[in-house]
Amino acid sequence: MEELVATRDAFGEILLKLGEENKNLVVLTADLAESTRVKKFAEKFPERFFNMGIAEQNMMGVAAGLARCGKTVIATTFAIFASGRAWEQVRYSISHSYLNVKIVATHGGISVGEDGSSHQGTEDISLMRTIPGMKVIVPADGVETKKAIQAAIKVKGPVYIRLGRAKTPVIFKEDYPFQIGRGYIIRKGKDVSIFTCGIMLSQALKAEEKLKEEGISAEVINISTLKPLDEKIIIESAHSTGAVVTAEEHQIIGGLGSAVAETLGENYPVPLERIGIKDKFGESGKPEELFEKYQLTANDIYKAAKKAIGRKDEKK
Amino acid sequence: MDRINFLKEKANLLRQDVIRMLAVATSGHPGGSLSSADILACLYFNELRHNPEDPEWEDRDRFILSKGHACPLLYSALARSGYFPPEELQTLRKINSRLQGHPDCKKTPGVEICTGSLGQGISVAVGMALAGKIDKKRYRVYVLLGDGEIEEGEVWEAAMSASHYKLDNLCAILDNNSLQIDGPIKEVMNPEPIIEKWRAFGWNTVEVNGHDIPQILHTFKKAKEVKGKPTIIIAHTIKGKGVSFMENVVEFHGKAPTKQEAQIALTQLKEESKKWKN
Ligand SMILES: Cc1ncc(C[n+]2csc(CCOP(=O)(O)OP(=O)(O)O)c2C)c(N)n1
Ligand SMILES: [Mg+2]
Repeated sequence: MEELVATRDAFGEILLKLGEENKNLVVLTADLAESTRVKKFAEKFPERFFNMGIAEQNMMGVAAGLARCGKTVIATTFAIFASGRAWEQVRYSISHSYLNVKIVATHGGISVGEDGSSHQGTEDISLMRTIPGMKVIVPADGVETKKAIQAAIKVKGPVYIRLGRAKTPVIFKEDYPFQIGRGYIIRKGKDVSIFTCGIMLSQALKAEEKLKEEGISAEVINISTLKPLDEKIIIESAHSTGAVVTAEEHQIIGGLGSAVAETLGENYPVPLERIGIKDKFGESGKPEELFEKYQLTANDIYKAAKKAIGRKDEKK
Repeated sequence: MDRINFLKEKANLLRQDVIRMLAVATSGHPGGSLSSADILACLYFNELRHNPEDPEWEDRDRFILSKGHACPLLYSALARSGYFPPEELQTLRKINSRLQGHPDCKKTPGVEICTGSLGQGISVAVGMALAGKIDKKRYRVYVLLGDGEIEEGEVWEAAMSASHYKLDNLCAILDNNSLQIDGPIKEVMNPEPIIEKWRAFGWNTVEVNGHDIPQILHTFKKAKEVKGKPTIIIAHTIKGKGVSFMENVVEFHGKAPTKQEAQIALTQLKEESKKWKN
């Protein structure tokens, strides 16, 4: 059986360790201490934890003020509220001043499930990616989450880290060399490139196996940093395979698919198929059911890969 | 010169700077800059512990201009305190200038945080006051709000959080000039009763005449003695104060004086300053 860990749980765990090591770390939440998994930090370091109540805009401003006084701040809430409700505070109070605020947003994507569309952050990557200087990271599993949080604390300036609610497969081993701004080749291949972020990596790996059975060799690359984007790895892979699929648990407008399209459009256009939510709001349901309905499964990636490969002739 | 006259003189100088800057820039916000001039003079030339030679001094008092559009006034106070040469004031709003249309802490020494999007500055001030508490520092945090600005929901989120965390190192000043862009605050979106609202949010409230320097100084002093809650000073002011044709005139919220108007304004201000000079 594969091991399952929710990225938010991994965050809660690493946060305790970081709280120990880094006395400068201050954590904020907006009445979501349990859901965002900062509660253990709150219990262990009450003098460095502040619940700001259901007031996300103020929380982001307070985070900026703390950071301007030298603190490294982790501000947590759900992805939709961090990126939507408080977008302008993130843009102006935090990012315009390039402050050390790390926004850790849980409940990213449609895998939030039963709570439905109001709680599914499906535009957050797009909203955060457009802010100058903002780094955007979407870890694929628990291991990468821990590494991403540690790296985010070390790097200067604002960072947005998107985590999920649901338990998802652990893919990486401890020795995985995570670096902000670097993509990572999980499977080498020559017929098609599949770029993913977040929990879509596990779907892509299943698609890769299915393609392999048919003799199609897919390259699977984890693009956990959406910004700054690892353009080099994307262009090189597109160059060697000639067909690209992107897969994300986000609107196809403005997320990974857009980022990859921007890069390839300017540098090396090849047939591109984007898997993502197709300009629709989510709804209630089990994560698996929603993945089926919104066409985010391994099978959808598989089909998109074949379509992209079939389009290679277009160029000629 | 005694302290009061010294501060009156400073406030007058700040007002003159504002007029000169806006006339050169041909845009900007005179009304709300002029209404806050006496308050800023008291802060920068009396109240704040700061060091223009070391703008990032850890233990400095912080001042946040939450009503960021009044930044010509802030720039003048900073320049006249020695953060940068007063000649630079003439570059306001020009391309490549350090003096942006709204305050930018990445560009201007002495500016604590980027403001201009109303409602945001007070949250940042709360964060700074909170940091002061965590680090057991003695610095105080001052934040200046507009009376139209408090229509923003974020202001009240911030107000709630400041009293919740007992931030007695935080002192807000409300420039209660009764006007906003589209007209009198009472007509556009009435925030009254203002004092009762802040009191209900757990703040210590004080009212002053925002152009009476001895009163302002006294209130700042008193605010420091209040323990366990933040203080807000409701400063009753006149928008456009000091320039007859701008006083209480809605249009001068965001309209620069013409060259001619600036001349008249400067003459009036210089005339005014004779009152305490002799
Ligand atoms: C969030 C936001 N909305 C709108 C504006 C545009 N704006 C600039 S000043 C202003 C009126 C401010 O009135 P007030 O707070 O009373 O300021 P003062 O009278 O002191 O100039 C408005 C609406 C803004 N800067 N920020
Ligand atoms: Mg006003």
